[in-house]
Amino acid sequence: MAVLELDSIAKSYGDGPDAVAAIHDVSVAAQEGELLCIVGPSGCGKTTLLRCVAGLLAPTSGQVRMGDEVVTRTPRSMALVFQDYSRSLLPWLDLRHNVTLPLQSRGVGRKERDRMADAALESVGLDGHGHKYPWQLSGGMQQRTAIARALAYEPEILLMDEPFASVDAQTRAELEDLLLDVWSRRALTVLLVTHDIDEAVYLADRVVVLSKSPTRVKESLTVELPRPRDQIRTKELPEFAHMRAQIFASIKEESAHAVS
Amino acid sequence: MRFFTRTRTGRVVLQLALPVFLLWLWWVTSENSTSYAYPPLSDVLEQLREDWMFDQVPTDLVPSLARFSAGYAIAVVAGIAGGLVLGLMPRVQRAAQPVTEFLRAIPPPLLLPFVIVTLGIGNGAKVAVIALGSVWVILLNAVDGVRSVDPVLLDTAASFQLSRRRTIWRVVLPAASPQIAVGMRTGLAVGLIMMIISEMQGSTNGLGYQVLAAQRSFDTASMFAGIIVIGLVGLLVNLGFVLAEKRIMRWYRGARGLLDENEAARPTARRRAAERRTANAAATRDTPSRVAPVHSHLRPTRIRHQEA
Amino acid sequence: MKGLAERIGLPLLGLAVALAVFEIAPRIGILPSSSFPPPSEIFAALVDLVGTTEFRAALWATTWTWAVAMTITTVLAVPLGMFIGSSTAATLASRITIDFLRPVPSVALIPLLVLMYGTQPRLAIILAVFGALWPLLFQAMYAIRDVDPVARDTATAFGLGPFARLRRVVLPSCTPFITTGMRLSASVALILIVTGEYIVGVDGLGKEVFIAQSGGAYADMYAYIVTAGILGVLINVAMGGAERRLLFWHASQRTRGLVTEAAL
Repeated sequence: MAVLELDSIAKSYGDGPDAVAAIHDVSVAAQEGELLCIVGPSGCGKTTLLRCVAGLLAPTSGQVRMGDEVVTRTPRSMALVFQDYSRSLLPWLDLRHNVTLPLQSRGVGRKERDRMADAALESVGLDGHGHKYPWQLSGGMQQRTAIARALAYEPEILLMDEPFASVDAQTRAELEDLLLDVWSRRALTVLLVTHDIDEAVYLADRVVVLSKSPTRVKESLTVELPRPRDQIRTKELPEFAHMRAQIFASIKEESAHAVS
Repeated sequence: MRFFTRTRTGRVVLQLALPVFLLWLWWVTSENSTSYAYPPLSDVLEQLREDWMFDQVPTDLVPSLARFSAGYAIAVVAGIAGGLVLGLMPRVQRAAQPVTEFLRAIPPPLLLPFVIVTLGIGNGAKVAVIALGSVWVILLNAVDGVRSVDPVLLDTAASFQLSRRRTIWRVVLPAASPQIAVGMRTGLAVGLIMMIISEMQGSTNGLGYQVLAAQRSFDTASMFAGIIVIGLVGLLVNLGFVLAEKRIMRWYRGARGLLDENEAARPTARRRAAERRTANAAATRDTPSRVAPVHSHLRPTRIRHQEA
Repeated sequence: MKGLAERIGLPLLGLAVALAVFEIAPRIGILPSSSFPPPSEIFAALVDLVGTTEFRAALWATTWTWAVAMTITTVLAVPLGMFIGSSTAATLASRITIDFLRPVPSVALIPLLVLMYGTQPRLAIILAVFGALWPLLFQAMYAIRDVDPVARDTATAFGLGPFARLRRVVLPSCTPFITTGMRLSASVALILIVTGEYIVGVDGLGKEVFIAQSGGAYADMYAYIVTAGILGVLINVAMGGAERRLLFWHASQRTRGLVTEAAL
């Protein structure tokens, strides 16, 4: 059952002959509990697309639907994790207050909020750090805080915009596993945009490949790799390499067209 | 020279050398002075004690500070509120620009004649003078601060459906506060200037009035004493502001990587209080506390290695 | 198109509304017309004044006094600031003195200066220098600390002596700070000069404001106030223009991420 539907999303900037079509026609349906990764060549408007899905940006045409409702602003059951974690965490609040901030407008009592925050921080491995400030932490820990914040919000859908792009490879691997762990333990649908093909194949149930600008969906590939995934064993499988090559070729094709 | 810069005593000596020397110079050159414009420092100090400890405190110091505080407070509130309005509504800001630019260009002391002519010379008018003088720089900096709030923060607030009111109060204002603080600091200096000159025209009490009155009656020792007091007031007010800013804006310096090592390692007062509470609670119970307050950063976390 | 219309139209609209409000309010009695003369009256008074010798003399006096004060300030603050900033010992030695003198509102010195100089322009100049010294001094201190040691070492390696290094590496690097400092000092100086003129009666625009105020000629008073404001704007624009020309190579680097400069 599709819990999130992107229906012929198009986004262009400017009017008339100078209009730039960032996204031409993208239609994707995310099933409940699915971990969906979106990849594409650089500049294909992945972030723009995600912002439309989140309701932060209005598409020029087409609709984003959650169930029956059209998304015009971020729905209550959707949480976002940005790529730029250091700028999305409030530097004047400690971790715990950062995590509880979204909960304040929900009428959740103080004690309950703190409990939820502590639980969320613990689930990302940051228990005991609640009193620290974001700028006292490394990039990986900051991103984990952002994830904790999204989790404490108890969303049904998690949108992530290249969340692990700005950390080093080792931290990235840990964060990927963290995401899988958290996802498997909660009823979450995840939509993750990334430029890292390995990451997309490693994490996803399904990978959606976007074309170059003006963007449309090039293909949608189901990832048949077994779960639970493991950084070493899964990546050793021939199916992993095959899938990866397939997607890589697909994107390369798009980039080649872009150049010529 | 190394001794002075490298050793602790050397540094202290070096820092005190010039002020001490200048004071000594003042003392010595004024000692046998017969010029009425340059009374002996000893006389000045004597007068300082006589006038300001504490006779003239309630009659002059307190009214001055009261007027200053009121005027400055009004300027801060109005400046920040105005900054919010103009910063969040760029169209209104643009429309108001000719007026704000014009009013900003007027040298603040020339607002004094305007107030005298329209409001007179009473206490309220003086407060108005101080407020009017300080408000522009606070307003302009507040507008700047609000407009330069990181859009990622605004996106974050929107993505979590924070209400407009909450977004302004909990995201926009704190994010703008460093720039607002800069404006408030300059506004403080302007406010003090306005306070003094407002008391030099049509006034019957206050620091500015005292100094001018002393000069007019050729009581120069008293005049110098008054100037010293004004200097001290300026110093203390500034110091108070800097100290308050240091505490409140600690996060800003931390985020910018400007905290020196000692400051960064020191936990905030709130954290210290929390630690004391958990330590006390742990001491009264026999079970070890869940969070070991002081050394939690040394506890191995679930994911090890590189998180420094 | 829409953007341009907004950029020009909105300010004009705002200006028109403001002028209209102040034009009408005194005429219908909301505001007392004696103390709030309508802008048209002020403008008329200004036009009348511009032709008079008093006006021109006052304008010239203020501008001249300001220029002298700025020159003295620059000559004092820049070398001193660069010296203090370049040496740890000097920084330490001067720290307490600077921290004590800086927050002292220079207007507190007015009675003392009146005793010494009466209504001579010297009063205003000293007043202005005392207040305007600090922004420039501090900027010069930051400037010298900010000189790239790599650039300096490169110059030494290429055989440039101390004076040549000063001219070719240190001074150009310091220029952005110094021009910023001069811009800040310039407005502080003007403010203090006008203050001295108004409070004490030194010749200049401020004195004319006082005369008009005492004589009840409020339209003239406002006209002089406006003139002082315009002078301030002109000075600011002129300094900004000079700054841009001097720093055509540097404009991108001038404002760093740090919030240090108040929008004065």
